Amino acid sequence: MTDPTNNLEIAAHPEGLRRVAIDPVSRVEGHGKVTLLLDENDRVHQVRLHIVEFRGFEKFIQGRPYWEAPVMVQRLCGICPVSHHIAASKAMDMIVGATLTPTAEKVRRLMHYGQILQSHALHFFHLCSPDLLFGFDSDVAKRNIVGIAAAYPDIAKQGVLLRKYGQEVIRVTAGKRIHGTGAIPGGVNKNVSIEERNYLLLDIAQTVAWCRESVDIARKLFEQNLDLYNNFGTFKSHTLNMIRADGAMDLYHGGLRARDMDGNTLFDHYDYSHYWDVIFEDVKPWSYMKFPFLRSLGPEEGWYRVGPLSRVTQCDFIPTPLADEQRKVFMAFNDGSATGATLGTHWARMIEMLHAAEQIQELLHDDDLQGSDLVSKGERQERGVGVIEAPRGTLIHHYKVDENDQIVRCNLIVSTTHNNQAMNEAIRQVARQYIDGRKLTEGLLNHIEVAIRAFDPCLSCATHALGKMPLEVELLDAEGGRVDVLTRSGEVFSCKENDVEAT
Amino acid sequence: MSDTFQLDGATVPFELGQTVIQAALAAGSYIPHLCYHPEFKPHGSCKLCTVKVNGRTVASCTMPAEAGLQVESDIEELNALRRTLVQMLFAEGNHFCPSCEKSGNCVLQALGYDLEVHTAGFRHLYPDRPVDASHPDILLDFNRCILCELCVRASSEMDGKNVFALSGRGITKHLIVNAESGKLVDTDIALTDKAMQVCPVGVILKKRVGFSQPIGERRYDKSPISAQALQDAPRNPETGGSCDACESVP
Repeated sequence: MTDPTNNLEIAAHPEGLRRVAIDPVSRVEGHGKVTLLLDENDRVHQVRLHIVEFRGFEKFIQGRPYWEAPVMVQRLCGICPVSHHIAASKAMDMIVGATLTPTAEKVRRLMHYGQILQSHALHFFHLCSPDLLFGFDSDVAKRNIVGIAAAYPDIAKQGVLLRKYGQEVIRVTAGKRIHGTGAIPGGVNKNVSIEERNYLLLDIAQTVAWCRESVDIARKLFEQNLDLYNNFGTFKSHTLNMIRADGAMDLYHGGLRARDMDGNTLFDHYDYSHYWDVIFEDVKPWSYMKFPFLRSLGPEEGWYRVGPLSRVTQCDFIPTPLADEQRKVFMAFNDGSATGATLGTHWARMIEMLHAAEQIQELLHDDDLQGSDLVSKGERQERGVGVIEAPRGTLIHHYKVDENDQIVRCNLIVSTTHNNQAMNEAIRQVARQYIDGRKLTEGLLNHIEVAIRAFDPCLSCATHALGKMPLEVELLDAEGGRVDVLTRSGEVFSCKENDVEAT
Repeated sequence: MSDTFQLDGATVPFELGQTVIQAALAAGSYIPHLCYHPEFKPHGSCKLCTVKVNGRTVASCTMPAEAGLQVESDIEELNALRRTLVQMLFAEGNHFCPSCEKSGNCVLQALGYDLEVHTAGFRHLYPDRPVDASHPDILLDFNRCILCELCVRASSEMDGKNVFALSGRGITKHLIVNAESGKLVDTDIALTDKAMQVCPVGVILKKRVGFSQPIGERRYDKSPISAQALQDAPRNPETGGSCDACESVP
């Protein structure tokens, strides 16, 4: 991991190597590319996942009124805007000193579980099932959701309708299926009426049943391709996720739990309002995406994995019976081999989708959804941190607001950003396993994309290295001699005030 | 004793002193408009209410109604011009409807939908405009100003305060605050002022209430502006009329 000569991040002698690019990476959200540097014997010397988008939300939110943040920053993404909407709202709850009313918290939870359901369904059925059901190097013309609809119409229909149900939950709670306004600082702007609840109750039993079938599909795929699923792009990593006070999986609220790759706890139930004491962000010159790391382990060793695999394996239990039953099956399967497997993430993701459906079902029978006490506030604060477990993993929103109600500073550490190094590790592992020394084919290159897709990355959400990248600009004359050079060193970045350290 | 004129082939009655737009709205015929407001004297600046009267283009908010006029309004030639005017207003300011708290209650946005403005049409100018958050209860976001002067008129004519004014000319024309510091905190504006209620876009905002109205309950979620403007129209030019749009400001 630390040896730059064989970790495939930096080729020792890039000159003369052949460059192969997968550009863009397909069936992921956002735009990214992978570059490989190969020698004349097709040996791999360098593999990088590059995020080629630039976003800038952290900058242009500055100066805006704080109540605008939950609506503005959700525009980061069209797939999981609810995650940003709620994370920003939680941060603004701190700003206005609010303790949420039961109705406000439950409406937000309902919105969030709707989001988990639709996003996980979208990822598994629309984006990944073509790889998983047809094979990684199957006919590329059919390796898509249209091909799935033709070959497996029931599965395709199930995926579409599961996603639709999640979107309807979001519409009821946020006003729109995409980019709604339901969560506001200190609460929500609407409850769930009896009519709306009854409407959602109509299809919840079917939704739970389909989610159970989805877990079965993911499990069987693992069982039937045991060697492949156990080993494909698999690597050991530390983990980070949010956890409820009793150790239960909680995707909406809790403390932070980090464990090292051997399962030793690094910190537990950590109050996320001071996350900067345990998490830092590194920047690298070849990506707009930052590289977070656990402060106690440092930038080289401290990278970690977030998301379904981390959450399902690191929680003590899942607080809904059907999903917890499936978690136990997952953990015990083949002596726990799925718990560290990159492709085990799909199985874990489906268990979470079942959990989300069960949570929705439970909440729909809770009368608090029809309450009228929607907003609270308390003593105004200068700083707000909101953390949730988004579909792709831990999502951190951090704002500082001045006395005029304007945001003066913002830091977003997005799920995919947490997974940045982990994704790079996965594709390097795949490059070693499948690419190194072979003649490249489309199918082989798709193996790289399969590893990336397992993380369900949202690249558009994840690029926030504004003005922090180390840069070197050279001015060369016609003979290639250096006329001038401008350099800017990188920074290790944390959001704590006056805590930006130049490396 | 009322007389009549013809609007798009329909007979519109009017009373002495009414303008074409007043008579049309009172009779249930919608003419798109922005700077016209039933509680204020006609201004004639936005030109959105332009109609053809006996073949000549005039602002219907300043054109006195006369017997026998032949008025054309809802024709493609004029609606195309209105779309262009709305597109230019969007291009001249920084109107980011997706994150604007006035979205759903915004007259400019509602007109855009009603006139079927589907594209930007012009390259955005992205002007560098400030936000004045100095007042403890009121936010001024100049990014969205369309220079309708409704706040200027409301503050001077109804509030008696002269908090706002326009400054500069041509493309540099902009809304300013009448205070030595230029900051709203140094004026005597109050939340109860009429100037707080008349802004058709998202410039003058009560702080800390943004997005409290759920989607579906905002003013223009319910029916298009062409239908609602008729409800606001005064039926009597002497007594004026109330404005539901102002009343609905959260």
